Amino acid sequence: MIGILASVIDGILIGAVYGLAAMGLTLIWGVMNVINLAHGAIVVIGMFVLYTVANMLGLHPYGAVPLMIVFGFVVGIALYWIGVHRMIGRPELMSLLSTFALNMVLIGLGTAWWTTSPYNVQVSMPGVSWRGYTFTGTHITAAALAVVIAGLLYLLLYHTRIGKAVRAVATNREAAELCGIPTTQVLAMAFGLGVALAGVSGTLIATMFPFTVLSGEAYQLKSFVVTVLGGLGNPAGALMGGIALGLIEGLATPFMPLSWIPIVEFGLFVFCLIAFPRGIFSFTKA
Amino acid sequence: MKKTLYLLAASMLFAASPAFAQETITIGFTASQTGALNNDSTAQMRGIELWRDDVNAKGGIKVGGKSYTVKLVSYDDESQNTRVQQLYTRLITQDKAQFLISPYSSGLVATAAIISEQYGKVMITTGGALEKTYQLGNKNLFQLYTGSSQYLAGALQALKEKNPTPHVAFVYEDDPFSKSVVAAVRETAKKQGDVIAADESYAGSTTDFSPVINKMIAAKADALLGGGHYADGATLARQLHEQKAGVKWITLLVAPDSPKFAELGDAAVGISVPSQWEPEAAYKPDFGPTVAQFTKEFTDKYKIGPAYHAAGGYAAGLILQHAMEKAGSIEPAKVAAELNAMDVTTFFGRTKFSNDPKSHGLQIAHDMVLAQWQKKDGKLVKEVIWPKAAKTADPLY
Repeated sequence: MIGILASVIDGILIGAVYGLAAMGLTLIWGVMNVINLAHGAIVVIGMFVLYTVANMLGLHPYGAVPLMIVFGFVVGIALYWIGVHRMIGRPELMSLLSTFALNMVLIGLGTAWWTTSPYNVQVSMPGVSWRGYTFTGTHITAAALAVVIAGLLYLLLYHTRIGKAVRAVATNREAAELCGIPTTQVLAMAFGLGVALAGVSGTLIATMFPFTVLSGEAYQLKSFVVTVLGGLGNPAGALMGGIALGLIEGLATPFMPLSWIPIVEFGLFVFCLIAFPRGIFSFTKA
Repeated sequence: MKKTLYLLAASMLFAASPAFAQETITIGFTASQTGALNNDSTAQMRGIELWRDDVNAKGGIKVGGKSYTVKLVSYDDESQNTRVQQLYTRLITQDKAQFLISPYSSGLVATAAIISEQYGKVMITTGGALEKTYQLGNKNLFQLYTGSSQYLAGALQALKEKNPTPHVAFVYEDDPFSKSVVAAVRETAKKQGDVIAADESYAGSTTDFSPVINKMIAAKADALLGGGHYADGATLARQLHEQKAGVKWITLLVAPDSPKFAELGDAAVGISVPSQWEPEAAYKPDFGPTVAQFTKEFTDKYKIGPAYHAAGGYAAGLILQHAMEKAGSIEPAKVAAELNAMDVTTFFGRTKFSNDPKSHGLQIAHDMVLAQWQKKDGKLVKEVIWPKAAKTADPLY
């Protein structure tokens, strides 16, 4: 019984980080109807930013978190202007292909620079032990930071003018333009925000596990599952969806061989697509 | 202009050829210089290159009155089977490699073996313990490593000495090598009536072991036998330590043998590894360097101590050289016949290949030892703890 509880708690901790990763994806999807297939590559960028900051520059690992948010925002705006701007409003396949191409370019550059060998950043944080089970400090810190960043995003979206502009553009771009909102700039900022979120989730993941240039793919897949669970364009739903996914993984693990967990996850994915096309947690974002 | 260039090039070629009095023998292989296997594969490659340097410094391989300089042609297989397939075909057809050495890791060796057998080339395999590869009907494969079924036998015996009733957890990589190692020891454990607390395989790319570690804690496992290769083994060891899993005996495949494992610090203490060779081994070689000579040369050149992967690489070249010198020929058929008849001891241990067509090339005379990381005067060192005849320290439990 304790074992199941420990597994569930661990699952929730990781789930918060999945949620953070998915928030970036769902924000971009919701605001500009672009499915960002470069999402995994951006998670990897976040991982290597941590490596650079901690191993090469010798700074404190968690210092990479605010750095990545700023860096990710800037990179996101750049990527928007390079690959996404001209695809807005066009058939969805075009933005899909464009972000896919971005993904290939980023991974290619990363492989040329870092190769596909594994990298690790050793981060020590005191853990919490309970009845024989230990929850590592890095897991707890990552989950806490994920929730904090999600909270900051909420404040940004619902209590600032910029956030209002983003929500307005997401609801109806033409109407927002008519209200005097510079929609192109808002779209660029929203993309930058989405990339920053994805990147910082990569940074947090790298504090917990080793990684390679190709690690982003697995997290991209999980982000899609979480986005579907949480509802498109709903960042709060994404966080809750991430935690739900972590919870499901934690619940399933004690009862079946580990290799079955992806089957459960993706079975759930298909079920949700069929039964709840707008997401289990979708509020009214359309 | 073009014609002059061609004439110039042709004359340079002709001018150059008389200078090539020394003949060369081309040996091809791939190494995983990038990808998940890079740590141990690079060590293996360094072993092979050290052998080449030693042989050429002494004038080359001496066959039937002639001396052949060893030329190595190698490529980066990126730890991928598809690349191994392409590159071994290239080594044979384009680079005209006369003999081959295998890549590192059983999975890649199996792929390279398909190509080498297709083209009828003699290949010495090192870094590949999986026995199945030699049971598919081959003519020209020669395995240097002890087979995978032997890997954990010693570990289980050593464990039972410390704890006659262990709760054993098998947590291992989902690849042919690790699975075959665990299959063998699982059978032994079942026959002896040992309690198997957990039995989980994981994908080689796994980085989050907390679910399986929680399962082990729930099942009250006090011994762990498993692992896979370097990347996953090192991560598993680190996370076992972080989560205070309370496992008293941990034997992991491959990973703890690398000197890089010491970077784990306290997480490495007490972890044992089945090893094909250790620098403390007491073998007396029939030819080639002694254990001490090889260890010193390798450490001087690469500033890091050799683990068994590097020793295997060197031994592969050494055995091939010996076969050519004894056969008095570089013809593949004659060299293969010599390898079939071979029963020698080098610094790496005893080497004898099976001639049974159902398991041709399988290594039947090499022994394994169990090494363990222990703290000596505050520093991490690897000690041999099993078998008793070869041990340099008592096992930590």
